[in-house]
Amino acid sequence: MKNLRIILIIFLIFPMNHLEANEKDKLNKITKNLRCLICQGQSVYDSDSEFANSLKILVSKKLGEGFTEDQIYNYLKDKYGDWILYDPELNKNTYILWLLPILLFLIGGAIIYKNYIVRK
Amino acid sequence: MKKKFLSFFIVLVFSFIFVIFFRGLQDSNKYTPNIESKNNIPSFNTKNFYSDLSTNSSNIFESDKIYLLNIWSSWCVPCRQEHPLLVNLKKEGKINIIGMNYKDNKKNAEEFLEKLGNPYNEIFVDLDGTIAIELGAYGVPESFLIYNNKIIKKYIGPLNKKLINEMKKTIK
Repeated sequence: MKNLRIILIIFLIFPMNHLEANEKDKLNKITKNLRCLICQGQSVYDSDSEFANSLKILVSKKLGEGFTEDQIYNYLKDKYGDWILYDPELNKNTYILWLLPILLFLIGGAIIYKNYIVRK
Repeated sequence: MKKKFLSFFIVLVFSFIFVIFFRGLQDSNKYTPNIESKNNIPSFNTKNFYSDLSTNSSNIFESDKIYLLNIWSSWCVPCRQEHPLLVNLKKEGKINIIGMNYKDNKKNAEEFLEKLGNPYNEIFVDLDGTIAIELGAYGVPESFLIYNNKIIKKYIGPLNKKLINEMKKTIK
């Protein structure tokens, strides 16, 4: 009986811990993908500036209100522009950034194919 | 024929990369935030600086009026620089100046106002800095020109005489 009670308590506590950790993981994930705009090459997660600290509080508030990750990104993009995201989206300003590596990869592949495989 | 094609191709790739880098040289390497915005001011709850009473932003900013929202703090050195300009602007009486006290200690803030004068029609507080983020601010000091509940212009950093003159022209 006693064992059962202990197991029950553990079962009740365990999922709550998990929930808490999930929220924190999410907060860390989001703030790692946000640029601290007043710092030099730091994410909001890494920085301890006033701006970054406020942003961390705001993001955790928004998570508490039930915002999803994308909604938070969009919300901040609206206020600060694309620059706040480390992971830039594909749009007319960034298409070269996204397409150039693929293009170079294909061209390189074509050269290798022509020179080595076809020659054989 | 094949060699000719290859050398032509290499020249093409290099000139393409050259053009991209050359254009990159022209760009400023400093990040300049967009100061012209037409964003609506968000609705937020805050507290009055003196009375500690809770209010909503809609009670502070009425439409059809021009406001200068100034984010300040007693620990912020550039705020001391721009403060006399705000006091002068207040004396001219053409614009409502709203102060937002950013992450500050009340006692220090009161001393600051006693010493340098109070140019603000109304002051509210932002204890954890989240209202500043919602407004799209970067830090202190920062000023927003607000008309019809829209942010018309942002002034990032301390105001100076040139910016004040510019602002007066915009108000007209």
